[in-house]
Amino acid sequence: MSGNKESIARTLIVALVVSLVASVFVAGSAVYLKPVQEENRQLDRQRSILAVAGVGGPELSSGEVQKLFEERIEAQVIDLSTGEVSKDYDPLKFDPLKAARDPASSEVLSGKEDIAGIKRREQYSTVYRLVKADGSGELEALILPVRGYGLWSTLYGFLAIKPDLNTVVGLGFYQHGETPGLGGEVDNPKWKGLWPGKTLFGADGKPNIEIVKGGVQPDSAGAAHQVDALAGATLTSKGVDHLLAFWLGEQGFGPYLSRLRQEGV
Amino acid sequence: MTKQVSTREILLNPVFNNNPIALQILGICSALAVTSNLNTALVMAIALTSVTAFSNLFIAMIRNQIPSSIRMIVQMVIIASLVIVVDQILRAYAFTLAKQLSVFVGLIITNCIVMGRAEAFAMQNPPWASFVDGIGNGLGYSLMLIALGVVRELFGAGKLFGYEILPLVKDGGWYAPNGLLLLPPSAFFLIGLFIWALRMWKKSQQEPAPFTLAPQVKEECAE
Repeated sequence: MSGNKESIARTLIVALVVSLVASVFVAGSAVYLKPVQEENRQLDRQRSILAVAGVGGPELSSGEVQKLFEERIEAQVIDLSTGEVSKDYDPLKFDPLKAARDPASSEVLSGKEDIAGIKRREQYSTVYRLVKADGSGELEALILPVRGYGLWSTLYGFLAIKPDLNTVVGLGFYQHGETPGLGGEVDNPKWKGLWPGKTLFGADGKPNIEIVKGGVQPDSAGAAHQVDALAGATLTSKGVDHLLAFWLGEQGFGPYLSRLRQEGV
Repeated sequence: MTKQVSTREILLNPVFNNNPIALQILGICSALAVTSNLNTALVMAIALTSVTAFSNLFIAMIRNQIPSSIRMIVQMVIIASLVIVVDQILRAYAFTLAKQLSVFVGLIITNCIVMGRAEAFAMQNPPWASFVDGIGNGLGYSLMLIALGVVRELFGAGKLFGYEILPLVKDGGWYAPNGLLLLPPSAFFLIGLFIWALRMWKKSQQEPAPFTLAPQVKEECAE
């Protein structure tokens, strides 16, 4: 190449060529690896579903996860506003998170409704029913997808409840970007261990679960509806509190849960 | 022509003689963060070694074309692209580990070792030598990370690679683990001890005292 390498034209050309080559390289690897990553993400979600329902943990191999998922988990697509089970979608293929991004299959939440900070809510969502291992087909736990904004990021997770539709089996998040060591402690097994056995609804049937600062008094009347907040993570704790209130409420799985209460699980 | 250095020297010098962590004190942040178990330490070591090696290679290949006014940005673009690719590969083939490493793979971009080698070595030397230098510095970093990982996981959790070596008291064994070792500050102490050991062995790395204390009494009074 001719010319002084410090000239403005050369500088621009080098900058352009380097950026172009680098972007092709990055984009190429991202596109090429996407299917494998997608599979991993799927597996991670399934593992997370099994983990909150208490039938497996991170130690499960991919084969075991798939086997357990096939044998014990029934996925259903439900209409969030009516609570009816919908036959229009294949629960194995339907992606509620994708639907939430599409204006055709989601609705914008007004500021007052949107306590979980998710901006759009999908019309249909997928719930997972864990059936008993004895083959009777009876429900052992119901697993609901939940999400909401914490401090830095949206937390994506699952909430598993008992067939009484009130008692928590487990709560876990599979994706979030909260501060490691503070809000990131939502992944801490010790904190997750506080959830099982808590009750979600008050006597009036309204969601009543609260994350409280300063520790839950075990002998107080509301102890079953309260969970300790995360130390040093006020906003993440609030985020979890709000997302539960949202997804258990009328905008979330409220209609579905009340239908189940009437018709039986 | 200056003194010719052999490829072997370029490769092995950074491991003990010019260790990026122990002598240059670079890359400490990730050394504290990812060494609480060996799995993550090893993956991080491999990731950083490959990024350093390839960024050195590519930068050395175009070193004569890079205008000096934008050389840092060009280096950053190359390093950042490589880090993204490494992150993508980890997410595809080592998903759980990638999740544990979380931000630290992305933070390789800001690891001073990568940038330091690009600026100090790859800008002046041919591609092959730069590539080897990158591997060498990566190995120096890896050695430290793995040493820290072994000590921290073995004595902090009684395990290596997640397999039980020292049975813990709480599982009915005899070993009471040192919980401090699982926390980042312990890596500071270990790195300090490692640097001390290295400098006892290789005296040339000892630094002269930055100053000597002035006598605190006047000489005539001391008599």
